[in-house]
Amino acid sequence: MTQMIRLHDIHGGIHPAENKRQSTQTAIQVAPIPNELILPLHQHIGAAAIPCVNVGERVLKGQCIAHADGFVSVPLHAPTSGTIVDIEARPVPHASGLSETCMVLQCDGQDEWQAHPSLLEQKNVSLVEQLKPADILTFLAQSGIAGLGGAGFPTAIKLHTGNYPIDTLILNGAECEPYITADDMLMRERADEVVAGGEILLHVLQCARALIGVEDNKPEAIAALEQAVIDAHLSHKIQVVSIPTKYPSGGEKQLIQILTGKEVPSGGIPAHIGIVCQNVATASAIYRAVVHGEPLIHRITTLTGDACQQPSNWQVLLGTPIDYLLTLAGYQAQQPERVIMGGPMMGFALPHLQLPVIKTSNCILAPKAKELPLNEYATACIRCGQCTQVCPAELLPQQLYWFSKTQELDKVEQHNVFDCIECGACSYVCPSHIPLVQYYRFAKGAIREERAAQEKALRAKERFEQRLARQEQELAEKEAKRKARAEAAATAQKAKQADLAEPASAPASSVDDTLEKLNKQLAASQAAVQKTKEKLAAAQADPEQADKIPALEAALEKVTSKLKSIAMELAAAKKAAAASTTTTGDSDKGDPNSPERLRKKWETAQLRLQTAEQRLAEAMEQQLDTVSALQTGVEKQRERVNDALAAYQASQTETQSDVANSPDNHELEKKILAQQDRVAKAEERLTMARESGLDTVDALAMGLQKQRDKLAQLEQQRVASSTPEGV
Amino acid sequence: MSTTLLAIVMAISIVALLALIFGGILGFAAVRFKVEGNPIVDQINQLLPQTQCGQCSYPGCKPYAEAIANGEKINKCPPGGESTIQALADLLGVEPEPLDAEHGAEKAVPTVAFIREDECIGCTKCIQACPVDAILGAAKQMHTVIADECTGCDLCVEPCPVDCIDMIPVSTNISNWYWQAPTLGVELIASDRRARRAEAN
Repeated sequence: MTQMIRLHDIHGGIHPAENKRQSTQTAIQVAPIPNELILPLHQHIGAAAIPCVNVGERVLKGQCIAHADGFVSVPLHAPTSGTIVDIEARPVPHASGLSETCMVLQCDGQDEWQAHPSLLEQKNVSLVEQLKPADILTFLAQSGIAGLGGAGFPTAIKLHTGNYPIDTLILNGAECEPYITADDMLMRERADEVVAGGEILLHVLQCARALIGVEDNKPEAIAALEQAVIDAHLSHKIQVVSIPTKYPSGGEKQLIQILTGKEVPSGGIPAHIGIVCQNVATASAIYRAVVHGEPLIHRITTLTGDACQQPSNWQVLLGTPIDYLLTLAGYQAQQPERVIMGGPMMGFALPHLQLPVIKTSNCILAPKAKELPLNEYATACIRCGQCTQVCPAELLPQQLYWFSKTQELDKVEQHNVFDCIECGACSYVCPSHIPLVQYYRFAKGAIREERAAQEKALRAKERFEQRLARQEQELAEKEAKRKARAEAAATAQKAKQADLAEPASAPASSVDDTLEKLNKQLAASQAAVQKTKEKLAAAQADPEQADKIPALEAALEKVTSKLKSIAMELAAAKKAAAASTTTTGDSDKGDPNSPERLRKKWETAQLRLQTAEQRLAEAMEQQLDTVSALQTGVEKQRERVNDALAAYQASQTETQSDVANSPDNHELEKKILAQQDRVAKAEERLTMARESGLDTVDALAMGLQKQRDKLAQLEQQRVASSTPEGV
Repeated sequence: MSTTLLAIVMAISIVALLALIFGGILGFAAVRFKVEGNPIVDQINQLLPQTQCGQCSYPGCKPYAEAIANGEKINKCPPGGESTIQALADLLGVEPEPLDAEHGAEKAVPTVAFIREDECIGCTKCIQACPVDAILGAAKQMHTVIADECTGCDLCVEPCPVDCIDMIPVSTNISNWYWQAPTLGVELIASDRRARRAEAN
């Protein structure tokens, strides 16, 4: 296929020794299964995955062993069958050399797959075009695919372009870093997978054109890809573009600029200019997932460097220990030992070799000391400006260096340190061997830390202020409650004082109580006197009981004296009661026939009767001649008492009957009122209907008549119920 | 004579008119662009670390910011340390002073509170002490610290009746680790470099 697009150049760039030939002499070999795989939960950008199998559980090849934690995360799958023997913190391949949670899989060597239907089978279709892009995205997220180029960004999220229309898909096969040939060998041997993956990506993005950018130092890969495109009949969609070899043309932003001439804005992503860029190895992984149902469990890694006797590319299971791999490549340990993960420009030295291969490990470089001499001592910057000339991001590395060194972080940020892709071109050309990139990495980290601290301080401030506000509110509420309580107490106090000021009602009742009590006592002692008298009379009549007479006489004396004292008390109490009734009993004065008055009358009559009886008894005892007169008085008094009692009872029954009658009357009254209302309304309606000449007049008239009849009936009822009262 | 007088009157009236106009403009601007609150207090508060620890003897960062705005010394914030003092000095145009040891020393590593939950008796005293509501729990229920919200102010340690709160240093993990700056002193002149290399070999 002939090249039809105009290429653009990027600023700067370098041409370091390629050193790619060593590892391209043999085909990709499949690495044997080691005894143990170490699978870090955090092999990608975003949140670490969460284990979903337990220690001791047997897992099958392709089984999900840790699921994604949130949106920006990818799950992890078992690269082979075996038993999970540990979930613990182990050192991970990271520049920090720190440990992170890893799942340790004891391989059983059977390499037994779990059922892994492809998305085509799951959806029961035969062509990728028949799948829904959203389904493919979900499936890719479930398949644990993260960018295999080096950064490890979750692929499904990168393909989630939101509202940005995508016009160009770029497959990155530039592989510009020295030594690394993993993508080169993949493109040579599995070009069909790359092209098929590109086709799936085009479908997902609903985009018409794909460009596969490959540096011109890989003619075999270019040829294989072109053949694959022709074989897949995709020449109208996918174009293989050979680009000039220059480091770092394989950087995402740089490749986009070379192929399209567009620059990704600072702080932006390629989707903002309608472009999505994916690594060729990622495209191949996408193809294997969608068409073969294989999650991301292995990758191609270059084992190279002069310390390896057979530098070559291997298809390795994720989690394979690096020391195991290096023995495959005939590694001879060096003194001092130095093994680099990634390339010589952007990679980092591993602290030791008991570290696993992860999704982003594209190369393990074991150089001899002379091959890549350590840069131990830097000399002073001579301001030659070579770094500025080679910077592909068109930054000012020298300025960044000064500001980073003096920790003037705001100035570093103003000089766009975050646009630095850390390619290392500046360090490469620096005649003073200053580790420039390390300064920038430090500055970036320090700025990020400062931002995080500021954010935390802001949050702490907010929380503190909210707490203060809440405490204030609580205090105010307490104060309000206290006030309310105090007010309630004050009103209660006032009410109490008012009660004390007019003690009439309560004492009145107490006076009544004492009166009643005394009355009872009086009655009892009267009865006692009567009894003793009877006994005395019997004793006097009966000569046999004559000896009892003095005792009985003494007893009589006692009870009489008691009766007297009670009578006196009663009289005093009565006086008090009379006094209280004059103050309180005003309300009753209006109606002399009220039950209350009648009861009082009855009581006074009773009292009088008692005194009269008492007097009579005294007279009889002393055998006075006033006895007969007193007896008639007592008779009269008794009559009065009976009259008063009758009157009182009558009044009570009357009130009861009144109470019994009244509800009926009330209801009737209400009914009549409601009925009158209804009649009025019906009349109104009728007149309205008549005025507007409606045909409902007749019906309304009839309704009105009925309502009127009802009203008449109710009124009759009322008359009937009220007449007996009148009689 | 009269022309001189007229000129003087003219001059005075013109100046008076101008004064009125500009006064009006200033008055309008004073109302239209009125700044709520004291902006310098907010700026100072921005620089303080917001741990709300009260080590400065003020009940929080904002009150200390207000005090600084009213002439309080700027070296009473141990959590902020030298960098905060420097920033405050730059902002206020005063000489930076060394940290006042009376208020405590700067921590080498940031810490967060951690409650040994087995020993917690659920007394809620630490909850009441926490200035940023970073402790969860209820009476007679176990308490725990929300590590992300904890400012490491130590205020919860003192009230705990069973001493079950530890201040543990924030550990470095892969997400918050970053490259350290190349150590100083590696920059040599070329001849020294050669000598060093020979020495090493």
